[in-house]
Amino acid sequence: MNMMIRACGRKLDIANGRVDLSHGAGGRAMGDLIEVIFHKAFDNDWLRAGNDQSAFSVPGGRMVITTDGYVVSPLFFPGGNIGTLAIHGTINDISMAGAVPLYLSASFIIEEGFPLSDLERIADSMGAASREAGVPIITGDTKVVERGKADGVFISTAGVGQVPDGLDLRADAARPGDAVIVSGSIGDHGIAVMSKRENLEFDTAIVSDSAALHGLVAAMVETGGRHIRLMRDPTRGGIAATLNEIASQSKVGFRIDEEAIPLKPEVAAACEFLGLDPLNVANEGKLVAVVAPKGADALLAAMRAHPLGREAALIGHVVADGNCFVQMATSFGGGRIIDWLSGEQLPRIC
Amino acid sequence: MKYIDEYRDGTLAKDIARQIATVADPARSYHFMEFCGGHTHAISRYGLEDLLPANVRMIHGPGCPVCVLPIGRIDAAIALAMRPEITLCTYGDLMRVPGSNGSSLLKAKAAGADIRMVYSTLDALWIAEAEPDREAVFFAIGFETTTPPTALALKAAIAKGLGNFSVFCNHVLTPVAIQNILESPDVRKLGTIKIDGFIGPAHVSTVIGTEPYKFFAEEFRKPVVVAGFEPLDVIQAILMLLQQVNDGRHEVENQYIRAVTTFGNERARAEVANFFELRESFEWRGLGEVPYGALRLRPQYAAYDAEKRFAMVTPAAKDNPACECGAILRGVKKPADCKLFGTVCTPDTPIGSCMVSAEGACAAHWTYGRFREKARQVDAGRAVA
Repeated sequence: MNMMIRACGRKLDIANGRVDLSHGAGGRAMGDLIEVIFHKAFDNDWLRAGNDQSAFSVPGGRMVITTDGYVVSPLFFPGGNIGTLAIHGTINDISMAGAVPLYLSASFIIEEGFPLSDLERIADSMGAASREAGVPIITGDTKVVERGKADGVFISTAGVGQVPDGLDLRADAARPGDAVIVSGSIGDHGIAVMSKRENLEFDTAIVSDSAALHGLVAAMVETGGRHIRLMRDPTRGGIAATLNEIASQSKVGFRIDEEAIPLKPEVAAACEFLGLDPLNVANEGKLVAVVAPKGADALLAAMRAHPLGREAALIGHVVADGNCFVQMATSFGGGRIIDWLSGEQLPRIC
Repeated sequence: MKYIDEYRDGTLAKDIARQIATVADPARSYHFMEFCGGHTHAISRYGLEDLLPANVRMIHGPGCPVCVLPIGRIDAAIALAMRPEITLCTYGDLMRVPGSNGSSLLKAKAAGADIRMVYSTLDALWIAEAEPDREAVFFAIGFETTTPPTALALKAAIAKGLGNFSVFCNHVLTPVAIQNILESPDVRKLGTIKIDGFIGPAHVSTVIGTEPYKFFAEEFRKPVVVAGFEPLDVIQAILMLLQQVNDGRHEVENQYIRAVTTFGNERARAEVANFFELRESFEWRGLGEVPYGALRLRPQYAAYDAEKRFAMVTPAAKDNPACECGAILRGVKKPADCKLFGTVCTPDTPIGSCMVSAEGACAAHWTYGRFREKARQVDAGRAVA
């Protein structure tokens, strides 16, 4: 269902109204909803054209495509909301290939009874995030499900991007001796979300790090693209999961230095009283890069020169290890494994 | 982080490690049991064993409340949770503990049982208050540390007249369990394991004090050092134990003086005594039936006792015969000695309870320490080659 169904002039009571089943039924009410909320928020030539799809020309070379669903609870948290997350997350997935994000799609599954004011707030912040990133939302879809069949709103975004010539980042490309760089402090997003969770609310100055990383990535590619083996954004499962994924895909091990990992004192304190390991806590505006040893210094400098990489740090190295263990030298002086998280540490963080 | 980083100082740790290396007699070995899962977790998480000489070894004890809960109690909780009127409130740790036939609370929840993860007893009270048509049952587990909050929840429920709140009580007692380990044939008669001393649990002693350990320190001639949960606490306690062993002393010493006193928290103990009484016998996973090793609600609070209120039965249930949790909890075996460890039993697919909680010996070893076995195997392989 395309978003561009002509509105028929009925006013939506955004301040007090709620989404009802008619808003997903394909009739006038749906047209109103799309026009007044989504069209206004995402406005661009593609949407204005009113087709069931959007056409664009493809530059030469390699393209990437990605899709992601967003079900975070609560929907609004310090530093962002489900909408900004849906824009940043998909842009970041494209960026981790070193690619330049070009276009996005957005699909909404809305629960009957969801306040229109909240929907507008989410859509407006998505529009702002997409404009700020320079990546337009060019097609979309809206569905409404009965009360109890969803949790407020779920959003899916997909994106396409273009990979610069000569760049080929792969999950299996890490080699012993490579340097591991993280772009900034870890765990901010997970703790920000946790601080607003029902029954667990605590006061904190921590805000989500949710951000689009394609600018930082472009700076890295420009400085030393050929030295970058691979990049990942450590979202769910934190850097522990990311490093373990890379280890098993590249069939290598890691040696990480606990003291080198950037961690805000507030996040460390929150993890302490919640019993969480910051290595397992989600990030939404950070990346982990595995880079060839000789490119590490220049890349680190390029990252630190970018606003989203100021606290970038070299946290360890790739080692040969048939067991694919991610090992860490603790600041206490011992050694331990960093493992995948078993089960769930935090429910629904993105 | 103030008041935390001080207790994780790597430089101080190296100093104490040097003292340990000096004090430890190279002509003999030392085996100390850290009773409590909190210590097991600290030892693994900070890689503390790397700082100890080869002749000072730690044995992980049974002090993880999730790990010692017998399978039958999980089965009983699942059966209760499947009743339509019941909302079972539980700590997250218990969700994945395996019951009989591959069941768990997590699977029961997926099958439709109303099971809610709570962070404290108060959450369970709030659920009872907010949903008066539901029967809110709090799945109470833990040692002396978590018993006072359960007592206070009962007190609050009575004060508020909450008729739909009850407790499935699985609280257990620490000193009795340590005594049980020391009296077990493995330790006493067969001499298969050697325990030269104990690190006593920190938070348990904030409630009960150090006094309750005096009896068996004297009776069994084993030193006990009550220690905090930070890694410097633990390594200092190891040094104190070494000094006691070398001096031929067997005293109860308090390393955790910033929180623990001789007699503990008398108000908390009074609240517990008001609501709970000793069970004549209670099954501990790994230790079997332990006389007077657990608590139940006093008869006058039967209305708040889920076992009585819902006529719960604890079915007889057996662990997987290949699972070595029992021997591991008694310190007779190490996680890597179990055939299931790391093969079919991992934190994602736990067979035994020691693999579930982060404080369990197997989970801690899997998560933080298993590369040591691998390294040893590789070294052994090299030596042979």
